[in-house]
Amino acid sequence: MTSEERLIHMANQIATNLATDAAPVAAVADHIQTFWDPRMKRMIFAHGTDGLSPVAAAAIRLLADAQNGG
Amino acid sequence: MTYQPQKDFGTPESRSNEAVSLTIDGREVTVPAGTSVMRAAAEQGTSIPKLCATDSVKSYGSCRLCLVEIDGRRGTPASCTTPVEPGMVVRTQTPQLAKLRKGVMELYISDHPLDCLTCAANGDCELQDQAGAVGLRDVRYDVQSTHLGQEKDHSNPYFDFDPSKCIACSRCIRACDEVQGTLALTMEGRGWDSKISAGLASDNFLGSECVSCGACVQACPTATLVEKKVVEVGTPERSVVTTCAYCGVGCTFRAEMRGEQLVRMVPYKDGKANRGHSCVKGRFAWGYAQHQERILKPMIRKSISDPWREVEWDEAFAYTASELKRISEKYGRNALGGITSSRCTNEETFLVQKLVRAGFGNNNVDTCARVCHSPTGYGLKTTFGTSAGTQDFDSVEDSDVILIIGANPTDGHPVFASRMKRRLRGQDGRPGAKLIVIDPRRTDIVRSPHIEAQHHLPLRPGTNVAVLTAMAHVIVTEGLANEAFVRERCDWDEYSHWAEFVSQARNSPENLQPVTLVDAEELRAAARLYATGGNGAIYYGLGVTEHSQGSSTVMAIANLAMATGNIGRRGVGVNPLRGQNNVQGACDMGSFPHELAGYRHISDSDTRSLFENDWGVTLDPEPGLRIPNMLDAAVDGVFKALYCQGEDILQSDPNTAHVSAGLAAMECVIVHDLFLNETANYAHIFLPGSTFLEKNGTFTNAERRIQPVRKVMTPMNGLEDWEVTQKLAQAMGLNWNYSHPSEIMDEIARLTPTFAGVSFARLDEVGSLQWPVTADAPDGSPIMHIDGFVRGKGKFVVTDYVPTDEKTGPRFPLLLTTGRILSQYNVGAQTRRTENVAWHPEDLLEIHPVDAEDRGVKSGDWVKLASRAGETTLRANVTDRVAPGVVYTTFHHAVTQANVVTTDFSDWATNCPEYKVTAVQISASNGPTEWQEEYEALSTRSRRVETGIAAE
Repeated sequence: MTSEERLIHMANQIATNLATDAAPVAAVADHIQTFWDPRMKRMIFAHGTDGLSPVAAAAIRLLADAQNGG
Repeated sequence: MTYQPQKDFGTPESRSNEAVSLTIDGREVTVPAGTSVMRAAAEQGTSIPKLCATDSVKSYGSCRLCLVEIDGRRGTPASCTTPVEPGMVVRTQTPQLAKLRKGVMELYISDHPLDCLTCAANGDCELQDQAGAVGLRDVRYDVQSTHLGQEKDHSNPYFDFDPSKCIACSRCIRACDEVQGTLALTMEGRGWDSKISAGLASDNFLGSECVSCGACVQACPTATLVEKKVVEVGTPERSVVTTCAYCGVGCTFRAEMRGEQLVRMVPYKDGKANRGHSCVKGRFAWGYAQHQERILKPMIRKSISDPWREVEWDEAFAYTASELKRISEKYGRNALGGITSSRCTNEETFLVQKLVRAGFGNNNVDTCARVCHSPTGYGLKTTFGTSAGTQDFDSVEDSDVILIIGANPTDGHPVFASRMKRRLRGQDGRPGAKLIVIDPRRTDIVRSPHIEAQHHLPLRPGTNVAVLTAMAHVIVTEGLANEAFVRERCDWDEYSHWAEFVSQARNSPENLQPVTLVDAEELRAAARLYATGGNGAIYYGLGVTEHSQGSSTVMAIANLAMATGNIGRRGVGVNPLRGQNNVQGACDMGSFPHELAGYRHISDSDTRSLFENDWGVTLDPEPGLRIPNMLDAAVDGVFKALYCQGEDILQSDPNTAHVSAGLAAMECVIVHDLFLNETANYAHIFLPGSTFLEKNGTFTNAERRIQPVRKVMTPMNGLEDWEVTQKLAQAMGLNWNYSHPSEIMDEIARLTPTFAGVSFARLDEVGSLQWPVTADAPDGSPIMHIDGFVRGKGKFVVTDYVPTDEKTGPRFPLLLTTGRILSQYNVGAQTRRTENVAWHPEDLLEIHPVDAEDRGVKSGDWVKLASRAGETTLRANVTDRVAPGVVYTTFHHAVTQANVVTTDFSDWATNCPEYKVTAVQISASNGPTEWQEEYEALSTRSRRVETGIAAE
């Protein structure tokens, strides 16, 4: 598994486990923001949403937008 | 100070709150009701002669030496079996008593070798002391028959058994029964033929069920059971109280010394974690500290294909600092990182993370807790508000139901297991606690002498969440939840959401049985027992955390405890059994990349500025890399330097091939350790470490108990580990000037609210403190969440079962789970260098008879263990302890390297590796795998040390 593949797997895994949260997209985004180092975040932003589950993809978009906006 | 054994009060302490006053030898004494006359006398400083009594076991009344006279009573009752009564008048020294005692001693001595001058216990023998105390001057009996001249049993590597010196007091048998709970020893024969036996007459101590905990040796009043080291060296001359460096129980020991030589480690009766008990590791397995393979001089090399070159410390520090600076300048500051160790002290751990954050300029610091209890950190912080077990160990005495999930305490946490077993057996007419064990294996505690679990749920590995959700389903749908507790302490809306989820038919035990393989009725009965059986306490270990849903399982456990109101008082709680001695401490000290000390996120500007002002630096607000992320980044070519203190990631971390690829891609791997461990095969700089006997500091055990570690000998390498980190920091230009670890603790206390009241002076004064130690709780906090949760309201989290991505299939049809064994510890770096190899010389693969027969495998056969990640070989042990479809092994031996087989899958929240579920195949083998052969060649090459002086 390459590092990029691993990050995709991790993001999907987080999304699956937070699927029952009241606001899953925000919960996934918050989890990644809290625990991933900047390079990991940059890598997944650069990768885009290919291979990501809908919740994971939305969370990554949310984070990327916040980063770009901020 | 000259050597004194710890005072022996003769009989155990009474816990009664009622006070009783009596007069002993004309002096009044007040003691708790239920105290024996013997103990009352001892507490006022009167020593009544005794042989069969010792305060670790119940009174027995057999030796007839402790006789006393009591006004108004006929005869001379034994003081050990006579409880105090109000107004009682006792005389311990009268002419009649002296005559009786002398007569008793005369009989004992008539059947005891008179070799005191050459006896190992000379000067430390109760028989000798009592002969002196009663004034025995000659023995009149011309004994025709004795039990002398019997063969000694030298089989145990740590102690000898000399039956000729035995006085048949049964203290050893009772210690084995009552303190350890193994019931290995018995009295064989009668009269002159009476002999202590370790099991059957054909058994010696090593071959018996004896677990070598040392309780019998401790209890023996003569040299019948004596440490080999005492035989070799002589009796100790001084002692220092310190803390064991093995598991998370954190036993207190007296290191008993002759000069700088350690003679023995004796469990300390006032130790609040162990209460005077020990296990084979802490008591005996400290020989690694002086092992010939210890590296005592720093070593460096340009490339891992070069041999090592020994250098002086100054050169080592200068070279290390220059390499770190070079890499930082070339690749950027984020190319550096560090790993702290759960085997090192709080102070050392704190310094390593400080070096990374303040010196390297990033947050790339992690700890080996990443691969064991990081899900505990996430799960308990989310649900309760802080990452810690809720109870002290004493709490188990008030438990009515004990639920063990994913833990094997008799092997992993043996001293606490003994206390747990004592509660399970019941005592003094009080029935024992009920036991539920959730584990794929039939661990020893499921069924052992006088203990049988009411429910053993042998689940399929990887289905913890499903089992716990099914238990929650039963509790909620059968109306067994403690809603009053939930309404008062927890967020009701979150509870309602959770209760609605667990109540769904899809979460019923019956519906989940095909997934979990747990009988639905048995699961229902276990859930009812936990919810309604009184005080319910959950103890868990790495069988919970080391899964792709490790954090979810921790939260599911917390949900169960909250739903049943089993939080916030003695006897209940959620208790992670920590693997290594300082897992709790390493986590507390800010070793995780996203948190500063005290579990405060690095992005929190208030917390950050507190540290920035104290340290005089600016801290990066972004979380750093976790260990697996560091390895990925290394393989990607952007992470280049690692300072690894006291951990052997090559052997302990999963998917060895990936770990080795990551290490091999780095330009500067610094290993700071006692030995050239497996990680050192990929290291460029080796900084020799010091053992727990050679340094000052503190460890924090599984019950949040901060305990002193005291230096009893000079470091063989010249420096304590905190000094090594400090000198490295100084070489990098940091202005650190600690002169003692107490100053580091002062800094921790200054910066960490939960440690505010901790100092070395306070620890010296009270022995230990359980955090939080604050103005509100100056003496610490044995039980947490008493009046409310740390986070405010307890949080219920819905934990939906998500199957692991590691699947069995035609190629890999079996599930491998890994663990540890009593006599070995972690990667075995310490215990493999002790005589403990007598019990466990190699890792074995446990396989069910059906699976073994399908493959033509017999016990003792070499087999190949293969997964998608890699393959290794080891020998098989065919046993029905494991269920069909499940195989098990330990990871203590580098030659096996069980982690060659484990995969990259990890906990969704923390990246804690999924050690407990690997799809594997087993087949017959006729030799080591290619990996094993290549790795052995690499190890041999990599461990070469240049002996001559290098030309400059």
